Amino acid sequence: MATFGTLSSRLTDALKGLRGKGKLTEADVDGTLREIRRAMLDADVSLNVVKSFQNAVRERALSDEISKALNPAQQVVQIVNDELVTILGGQQRRIEFAKKPPTVIMLAGLQGSGKTTLAGKLAKWLAKEKHTPLLVACDLQRPNAVTQLEVVAGNAGVAIYAPEPGNGKGNPVKVAKDSIKYATDKLYDVVIIDTAGRLGVDAELMKEAAEIRKATSPDEVLFVIDAMIGQDAVATAEAFQKGVDFTGVVLTKLDGDARGGAALSVVSATERPIMFASTGESLDDFEPFHPDRMASRILDLGDILTLIEQAQQTFDSAESAKVAEKIATETFTLEDFLEQMQQLKNMGSIKKMMSMLPGSGQMKAQLDNFDESEITRTEAIIRSMTPAERRNARLLNGSRRLRIANGSGVTVTDVNSLVNRFEQAAKMMKSVAQGKVPQVPGMGPIPGGIGGARPKPSKKKSSKSGNPAKRAAENAALGQRTTSGSGAGFGLGAALENPGGVGEMSAEELADMQKLLGGR
Amino acid sequence: MADKKSWGLGSKLRGMFSRTFVLSDDTWDDLESTLLAADFGPDVTDELIDAVRASVAKIPPLDENDFLRLLREVLEERLSRFDTTLNLKDRPAVVLVVGVNGVGKTTTIGKLAKFISTAGRSVVLGAADTFRAAAVDQLGTWAERAEVQIVRPQQEGQDPSSVAYQTVEFAVANGIDVAIVDTAGRLQTKSGLMDELGKIRRVIEKQSPIAEVLLVLDATTGQNGLVQAEAFLEHAGVTGLVLTKLDGSAKGGFVLAVQERTGIPVKLVGSGEGIGDLSGFSPVGFAAALVE
Repeated sequence: MATFGTLSSRLTDALKGLRGKGKLTEADVDGTLREIRRAMLDADVSLNVVKSFQNAVRERALSDEISKALNPAQQVVQIVNDELVTILGGQQRRIEFAKKPPTVIMLAGLQGSGKTTLAGKLAKWLAKEKHTPLLVACDLQRPNAVTQLEVVAGNAGVAIYAPEPGNGKGNPVKVAKDSIKYATDKLYDVVIIDTAGRLGVDAELMKEAAEIRKATSPDEVLFVIDAMIGQDAVATAEAFQKGVDFTGVVLTKLDGDARGGAALSVVSATERPIMFASTGESLDDFEPFHPDRMASRILDLGDILTLIEQAQQTFDSAESAKVAEKIATETFTLEDFLEQMQQLKNMGSIKKMMSMLPGSGQMKAQLDNFDESEITRTEAIIRSMTPAERRNARLLNGSRRLRIANGSGVTVTDVNSLVNRFEQAAKMMKSVAQGKVPQVPGMGPIPGGIGGARPKPSKKKSSKSGNPAKRAAENAALGQRTTSGSGAGFGLGAALENPGGVGEMSAEELADMQKLLGGR
Repeated sequence: MADKKSWGLGSKLRGMFSRTFVLSDDTWDDLESTLLAADFGPDVTDELIDAVRASVAKIPPLDENDFLRLLREVLEERLSRFDTTLNLKDRPAVVLVVGVNGVGKTTTIGKLAKFISTAGRSVVLGAADTFRAAAVDQLGTWAERAEVQIVRPQQEGQDPSSVAYQTVEFAVANGIDVAIVDTAGRLQTKSGLMDELGKIRRVIEKQSPIAEVLLVLDATTGQNGLVQAEAFLEHAGVTGLVLTKLDGSAKGGFVLAVQERTGIPVKLVGSGEGIGDLSGFSPVGFAAALVE
């Protein structure tokens, strides 16, 4: 589900030609820009935006302001990235809450862009942020939209105001207006108004939306748009801007494989920020939109920042401090290992996290094959050990290992390989804790976690054969890699020269860590 | 439809020849921009321009209208390579409707049911979208409007395949002509949900062959439409396309690439929220509407 996956792979291809060249010529730049133009058009970025993007990149690539510290390929990547960030909005913005509650948020958009579902997600998210949202059913047009919102509200565990049955009956402007009074009386601090979907060319419905806006004077009007939309994105966005004048954009269905060029188009046409991204069918698949991160995701550098943020949220910080200390003092046990794995599971779908890592474009296929049950199996093995064994892996003699294997339904070989991996992990983590990680802020406490999340096929590739000599050689190679830090994770280190250095570093480290859990 | 100005390319294309009729580089650039803006996509746009160039080389156009006529012919020729008739000969004729979220599946079914029942055939709808909140009720409302029967799931969250089975069973038992089965919207990237479509197919086929599997595509979709069609063809064996939301400003040019790449013809066109806003697909009309 690497969002923008195909755009990033096209851009990566386009930029590959530039690698290894000593000097950037005009012909180089033009050739690359042609590729970028095609890639962007394929990604449904609107033509005008593509043109201005090209011009901006070209101008900067050929001017003298560029840094002498970077090689030409890095320079173009840097410029393309900068420009993408500029178009995507430069910096993110949060919802502006009214000084005097209730804060009113109105949703508008085309039919089928996902407004009603989004209303639920937004409400749930707000409730999590300690607000008391009220959903208001103003889509009285589409058959049973009101019922849908009621169900969504129930699932999200939030209140709903739906005085009209819908299906063409009732006056949405009045409902919207009344809802504010209702919210004030009942002390709801955020009102989310779900409106009927309408086409940009439908003057009558557009007028109705404008009237709802006028009647409720919302603090935010969010324009909900489907990431799959094509060249029409600009026309639609402009029509809505003229009709209701939205203050922010929400991008939905980002879990599909649409390249999502619409994001670029809408933002540059309307100069309104994308505030949220909706990434799945569950009510929790909703996150604030990060333009800078999205831009680096386009360049296939991965959204490592989001990943770290998610990991940190799940990882209790006191807990991780404890683990870090244990690692440093070599008292890291199988019990800690197990705990870490459980926390990892809490982080939600591993696949989802993986797709945010650098180079996920190339890893997409591997991700699809990744089997999370690997972790479950490892967990089962550890759980079959006695507490004493968990604390001291040296206790594990042949007969204990056989008992564990029988208890967890695996073979002794599996137990052996887990113990080996654990020992390597402990060693590895120690070296990490002693100072390799600080280059990736926030990564320190989670080395084992990330390692566990590596996709299975590559594990297989890198895992040991039955041949003990070969295995020893592989282990030796692994050890070497750990110390020299020159391994290329999935061949990415070589394929991805990245200007920041962050992605590259972590790609290598992660490649090492990957071995720790996955040795089957 | 042609009276809706925003829909056609013509106004834009005419701008090319505002003063005198000269086929300059600008003309071709404008043509390219116009075709790209209509979501034909870069590849098809290049092909179309080459085709128009070839025609122009053979018969130089006399004026603007002549040039537009050439373009229209190129489009028509490429759009009309496929058979657009809806095949409903079986009894019961089972129609399975699939697509991604929010493209207008349920609305299309409502319109199609009305269309068929107006033509004097009996219809039953199967509410196999048991996932989305209130989807069953939404289809129920359409069933009332179209005055046709509906088979609802007996309990919440019932397996969609079993609803599909019961729908066909109902159609067979009551001698109903057409059974239309609604499915939940699913993104083509969700492999588990895509496999579910295969299951629904297999379960229906135990009783009756499937007459049509219609993939509903939203005209506002960009180049992702092609990926959608390929995925749904693979998992659900799509036999026809329905292009919806053509009443907006989107032109849906991507369907040309979809037709050619997958060989699935566009069979129906939806252009509004009214129950009568559904028509058969006519390549000539579509090309004319794009150009006029």
